[in-house]
Amino acid sequence: MKKTGAKIFVETLLEHGVNTMFGYPGGVLLPIYDELYHAPIRHILSRHEQGAIHAADGYARATGKVGVCMATSGPGATNLVTGLATAFMDSVPVVAFTGQVSTHLLGIDSFQEADIYGISIPVTKYNYLVKETSRLKEVMYEAFHLAISGRPGPVLIDLPKDVQTIQIDDPPVPALTLPQRRPHLDPVERDRQLEKILSLIRDAKRPVIYAGGGVIKSDKAHEALLRLAEKAQMPVTTTLMGKGGFPETHSLSLGMLGMHGTRYANYAVAKCDLLIAVGARFDDRVTGEPSTFAKEAKIVHLDIDPAEVGKIIQVDACLIGQARDLLQELADRVEPQAHEEWISQIAQWKRDFPLSYPKKEGVISPQYVVEQIYEKTRGEAIITTEVGQNQMWAAQYFKSTRPRTFITSGGLGTMGYGFPAAIGAKIGCPDRIVFDIAGDGSFQMNIQELATAVYNKVNVKIAILNNGFLGMVRQWQELFYGRRYSQTTLNGNPDFIKIAEGYGALGIRVEKPEDVPSAIERAIAEDHPVVIDFHVDPEENVYPMVPPGGAIHNMLDRKE
Amino acid sequence: MRHIISVLVRNHPGVLSHVVGLFTRRSYNIESLAAGVTENPDVTRITIVVTGDDLVLDQVMKQVNKLVDVLNVTDLKYDQAITRELAIITVKTTLQTRGSVIEIANVFGAKVVDMSEDTITLELSGTERVLQNLMRLLNPFGISEMARTGMIALAMKSSE
Ligand SMILES: Cc1ncc(C[n+]2csc(CCOP(=O)(O)OP(=O)(O)O)c2C)c(N)n1
Repeated sequence: MKKTGAKIFVETLLEHGVNTMFGYPGGVLLPIYDELYHAPIRHILSRHEQGAIHAADGYARATGKVGVCMATSGPGATNLVTGLATAFMDSVPVVAFTGQVSTHLLGIDSFQEADIYGISIPVTKYNYLVKETSRLKEVMYEAFHLAISGRPGPVLIDLPKDVQTIQIDDPPVPALTLPQRRPHLDPVERDRQLEKILSLIRDAKRPVIYAGGGVIKSDKAHEALLRLAEKAQMPVTTTLMGKGGFPETHSLSLGMLGMHGTRYANYAVAKCDLLIAVGARFDDRVTGEPSTFAKEAKIVHLDIDPAEVGKIIQVDACLIGQARDLLQELADRVEPQAHEEWISQIAQWKRDFPLSYPKKEGVISPQYVVEQIYEKTRGEAIITTEVGQNQMWAAQYFKSTRPRTFITSGGLGTMGYGFPAAIGAKIGCPDRIVFDIAGDGSFQMNIQELATAVYNKVNVKIAILNNGFLGMVRQWQELFYGRRYSQTTLNGNPDFIKIAEGYGALGIRVEKPEDVPSAIERAIAEDHPVVIDFHVDPEENVYPMVPPGGAIHNMLDRKE
Repeated sequence: MRHIISVLVRNHPGVLSHVVGLFTRRSYNIESLAAGVTENPDVTRITIVVTGDDLVLDQVMKQVNKLVDVLNVTDLKYDQAITRELAIITVKTTLQTRGSVIEIANVFGAKVVDMSEDTITLELSGTERVLQNLMRLLNPFGISEMARTGMIALAMKSSE
């Protein structure tokens, strides 16, 4: 029996267990959308393609499954670029489909033609322009495999209209023919590295584990990490992407390190004699000036991507593989340790330098809002964030205890990410409370997705930490540019309550600290999207802070 | 330090963009790049000359190796590789200088492939050094046009 490309497309999605996708149609996608009309796939219509891809990304991060999105040719495709780059930087498995003009119209500046294949090369793990329907199924199988295997990442498939309409014989299930890689370390060298790491752990007096997003992505890696940390009594600090990889309520937890990390995490890294990096990439927001980072320590790097080893910092030993497997192996092999002196030194730092913020009479502290969201959800919520101060306060004050519950654009720092990502996360995990901790600037970058949330009954809560500023940029202007607030005052902000109501969501305005807890309770009780507009202290800053390019143990704090 | 990196890739229309894009994106310095099919029509060999210290080379190799289309990456050592470049050079001549240019060409084994009243066009393949030496000698006459291929290279089997 002959089948159109569009039919093969839908069938192949179903073969990959896709039951949800996010997208926005257009002329060249009509054959596929016609096929989706009666397909058993829930297609969520976003209000901007960027909303669709961030939602697919949030869905992927919350569930561990591949997120799927689709956009039409030309402007639809280019609207995906920020979302692709966001997913690429944070290694998120997304498969993005774009419609394209028919093959005979390619390359002649046809209506709504954009070279999304060329445009997306630097922001995807891999990409395809499918020119023959006979290749479609095979390409889709490869794409789903590539997106989720090894170090995950976004894959884009560009689909000309005629490829969707041409009929071909039903293609068989393809065998993958992707080039195979030799393992990075040969068995002898691998053994040598493993023994070296075990002896480094044995000899260490002041070890620290530095865990990144790889621990979240590798299923069950967090369990092995906990076992390793407890058995060898090694304190654990996580990156922004690693939040949830180790319970921040645990006595061995140092919280987050880096530019806005805790003092005790940064001190521990500065003073440790062994640093074990796992699934982390020594990002500049973590290391500050790399030559000053963990200077007293031997460095061990465990990662799935050999190219990350030695990229920023030279290491003393490394292993390549899934974080789960490597951590399990170490947890099995390592000898129990105590490190009492080191642990008590850290406890002292924790007592001396806790995270703290000023409590001003009658003024809502943004940190207090985050703390209350933590309290009222008993730490069980999935948190997404926008970018800026809101993101850092969320990271500091919401204690994450489980993987896939703290979802944020770490690598690219994409404003407008958090809200659509929350929609995707809630659709993927309908039983969880999902909060987007937002800034008034960021929220307005994808505010149109309120329609998506309301129409599809996606019960997400948006907590705007409304300071009337592009807060994080203003903070830098305050600290490093003589308080010249150039273009960071958000004059002309809308009435967020009316906006929410206009879309059919509930809006709650909160102007007094004593109203914060009840507003959060009420939002949780509603089974409907809710926007809570918290009018917070407008010039509050995120502290501690490592000035850019500095050493991470030299941190600024507020002047009391 | 200069390195010759030999990359075998699956042969398809987008593959060069992927490889070249990686170099620009990660700001590695490419000195030359030459691509052509191998004994296997499905496989292209890309020969890339890059400059950088050992750490840069290590990163380049690892990043290139990550590209989905890449089948193999090798760092060819200069002294253990056969390297060639091809150049076509048009030199300005007069009746008086024509003989000298042909003499130089002969010494280098360059072929005269075209001649007009006031030019001679030569073709030479050789190592980069030989090409440079030839050019140095031709420069005083005035080189009016030149095209070079970029380096191609294979490992020397006899020194393995
Ligand atoms: C798309 C995008 N544009 C610009 C920036 C630069 N930027 C980083 S933080 C920030 C301010 C964010 O303001 P807001 O969303 O109000 O959050 P706040 O810092 O006040 O919590 C800006 C403009 C960015 N990260 N992303």
